Amino acid sequence: MTELVVEKRERVAAAPRDQQKHLKRRYAAERRFRAYGLTAIVLAVTFLAVLLFSIVSKGYSAFWLHEVALDITFSADVIDPEGTRDPAALSKANYAQLVRESLFERFPEVTDRGDRRALINIVSSGADLTLRRIVLDEPEVIGRTRAVWVKTSDDVDTFLKGLLSRDLPESERRVKDREIEWIDALEADGRIRSAFDTTFFTSGDSREPEQAGIWGAVVGSFYTLVVTLTLSFPVAVLAAIYLEEFAPKNRLTDIIEVNINNLAAVPSIVFGLLGLAVFLSFFGLPRSAPLVGGMVLALMTLPTIIIAARAALKAVPPSIREGALAIGASRVQVVTHHVLPLAMPGILTGTIIGMAQALGETAPLLMIGMVAFIVDIPGGITDPATVLPVQIFLWADSPERAFVAKTSAAIMVLLVFLVLMNAIAVFLRKRFERRW
Amino acid sequence: MPYFVLVTAILLLTSLSFYSGRNGALTMARGNLRRLHSLPSYYGAYVALWCGIPALLVLIAWTAVQPHVAEWIVIGSLPPEAQALPEGRLRLLVNDIENLASGNITRAEPDSVVMEGAAALRQVHLIGNWAMVAVACALAAAGIAIGRSQLSPDLKARNAVERVMTVVMVLASLIAILTTVGIVLSLLFEAIRFFTFVSPIEFLFGTHWSPQIALREDQAGSSGAFGAVPIFAGTLLITAIAMLVAVPTGLLAAIYMADYASHRFRAVAKPLLEILAGIPTVVYGFFAALTVAPFVRGAGEAIGLDVSSESALAAGLVMGVMIIPFVSSLSDDVINAVPQSLRDASYGLGATKSETIKNVVLPAALPGIVGAIMLAISRAIGETMIVVMAAGLSANLTANPLEAVTTVTVQIVTLLVGDQEFDSPKTLAAFALGLVLFLVTLTLNVIALYVVRKYREQYD
Repeated sequence: MTELVVEKRERVAAAPRDQQKHLKRRYAAERRFRAYGLTAIVLAVTFLAVLLFSIVSKGYSAFWLHEVALDITFSADVIDPEGTRDPAALSKANYAQLVRESLFERFPEVTDRGDRRALINIVSSGADLTLRRIVLDEPEVIGRTRAVWVKTSDDVDTFLKGLLSRDLPESERRVKDREIEWIDALEADGRIRSAFDTTFFTSGDSREPEQAGIWGAVVGSFYTLVVTLTLSFPVAVLAAIYLEEFAPKNRLTDIIEVNINNLAAVPSIVFGLLGLAVFLSFFGLPRSAPLVGGMVLALMTLPTIIIAARAALKAVPPSIREGALAIGASRVQVVTHHVLPLAMPGILTGTIIGMAQALGETAPLLMIGMVAFIVDIPGGITDPATVLPVQIFLWADSPERAFVAKTSAAIMVLLVFLVLMNAIAVFLRKRFERRW
Repeated sequence: MPYFVLVTAILLLTSLSFYSGRNGALTMARGNLRRLHSLPSYYGAYVALWCGIPALLVLIAWTAVQPHVAEWIVIGSLPPEAQALPEGRLRLLVNDIENLASGNITRAEPDSVVMEGAAALRQVHLIGNWAMVAVACALAAAGIAIGRSQLSPDLKARNAVERVMTVVMVLASLIAILTTVGIVLSLLFEAIRFFTFVSPIEFLFGTHWSPQIALREDQAGSSGAFGAVPIFAGTLLITAIAMLVAVPTGLLAAIYMADYASHRFRAVAKPLLEILAGIPTVVYGFFAALTVAPFVRGAGEAIGLDVSSESALAAGLVMGVMIIPFVSSLSDDVINAVPQSLRDASYGLGATKSETIKNVVLPAALPGIVGAIMLAISRAIGETMIVVMAAGLSANLTANPLEAVTTVTVQIVTLLVGDQEFDSPKTLAAFALGLVLFLVTLTLNVIALYVVRKYREQYD
């Protein structure tokens, strides 16, 4: 401090030119500091842009899939040797054989066993399901030959999307030279097209990227969020009303308050440990179920909603309460008839933000076993299920190249849901918020 | 699903009883509501509470108790030689029976004991479920009868209903405490079991971590090592990197927002930063593992450094970016809370804006900023998905950010996902780590919240 004073005294005594210089330095420092601040924001926003760009550029291709047209002879010998046309028999037939025969017919020069296996692998291993659906839908197709579009396998699809360069040495390429030859031949015939991948939105998980979809995870997320909402919303609103409107100022309410603030900052994985030790081990609830996932997430979002709801209740001016009390309402009536309806938009906004948080949460769900590989679409809150973020986590771990695109696409879907929820919250706030 | 039907039925009965109660009150009023103590809907609510609450309470209690009772009955019904089995084998047997009864896959081909046990268990559950339906419905009906029988113009229905509501509200507030107690108890309980296998001293100060437990006694390296120092060091390293990114960036961004940015710039930049906060951590993890880590590795190789593909640097960088909005929004609040008069005084003395910020605003806001940074640290320590996806699994004791390290949360996830043998030190170690994590973050949070609150009071 004394140094500063001394320096200042000297400055006052110095010639005006020195002062000018000093001022210049100070202004330069000012501009530099300002630039630092701007750089910080620009950095953060740039990172956001890079992140979103990287996800979209990796993921957009996953919404399309290449299909190949095969002339399938729906031979009655294979599908329905007994001629009963019984759907049970039809659904058990060996459709994979039809796919194989069609491919061998198209490329009769391929005779070697290894080559033939490679040829079959051009087409998705789920192609037989496509054929089965056609036969079950219209049994009269049996005995005829028809061109059917079936999916290509994930490697071929990745190649056709141009994500796998032809220039790589063959040993480093998942699609070999002879396969490229076949693909080129099919493409020259106009037998390859790119189609919107509905499977991605309608089916559950699969080990084969081209058959894997997010619907199972979306349904799982939905059930989980329903459980979370039905548990956390009423409890949080009741707790907020009590703490804000009724609670006497004493030790107990102090403890509750400190508790809620602390719970909001407890790492989410600790809630997962709680769920594992209490809900699964102690109460014996089913593993991997949206019920338990929802309960854990409800405990996790509870503080968020309580804090938001208290803020909304606090924003209602006391004059409303006093007015209602003056005309003879009881304290509960004051809250239920006047304060709560006025605070509701704020409470709902907080709730939606809490739900968005719960939708994106992964770590606690890993603890309670929602990471299992589940193909079926869950039918209720006690069925084994997974959720969207966990599905992303699982796919991100998969070695297949095509899962990178799938993961990014699933992230895009998750982000769309989150944006929607936040947009609703913003809309609610803008539309219904009242300022007194 | 029958459960769902039952709950719906009780709720339906409850709403019916509401109308029944209200109609009863209206009849009593004979056209003049002043005869009644309370509004008619309160009489309805009174009857509805009598109908719904006992039935639902019994339902919850019954569901919690029934599996245990059923298990006890089934064990009793097993042949004596099965009952004489040692505790562990008996547990396995019961597990098999339960799996078979609920239609799951069993360990091995079920033998006759298991088959009969499963049949008995199913029988018990069938009887139990029907008994539950009967008891719940009977209680609901009895509730309606009791509630209706008490209806009279002098009944203080409103007071009674409001008392129940207050009790429910208090219970709802207590859930927060219950959650904390649940966390502490479950972590403590399992951690204490862990410490019967491994001494706390070894756990806290040992420098070798390899939680593999051998399947056979004579296998090499059969005793896992549970010295958690490398894990703590790894956590600290990644947290430090994250803080090096987040604190300067977040703080400078907050200062710019609070004191420099125009209104329009603020309106655009603030939501953008909030988007950064709203992105799920699993997305950051994917980005860190797939884009940032290879980039860091490539950049390191370009200048001749050997960078691990799961380097602490990549995970820490991305985690830092994730925390930027957290730091900036907390510091923004704190900086805005510094009274304008302090700034004006500084400007009046001829200070530039940056001088005012550096010499007046920041020192005044320091306690709040320290609190914000502590909250951010606690967040970084507890962050899971980014490190699970982008950091390593092996516990290296190193301070080199280019090497792979592991963190507390990564270890908890790897120890608990998949493997579910609850008695091995391996899984119990996760709870001990969880306890450490909880205690550390709790301490940071309590201090930070105290500091922030104290600071706010100073200027209020």
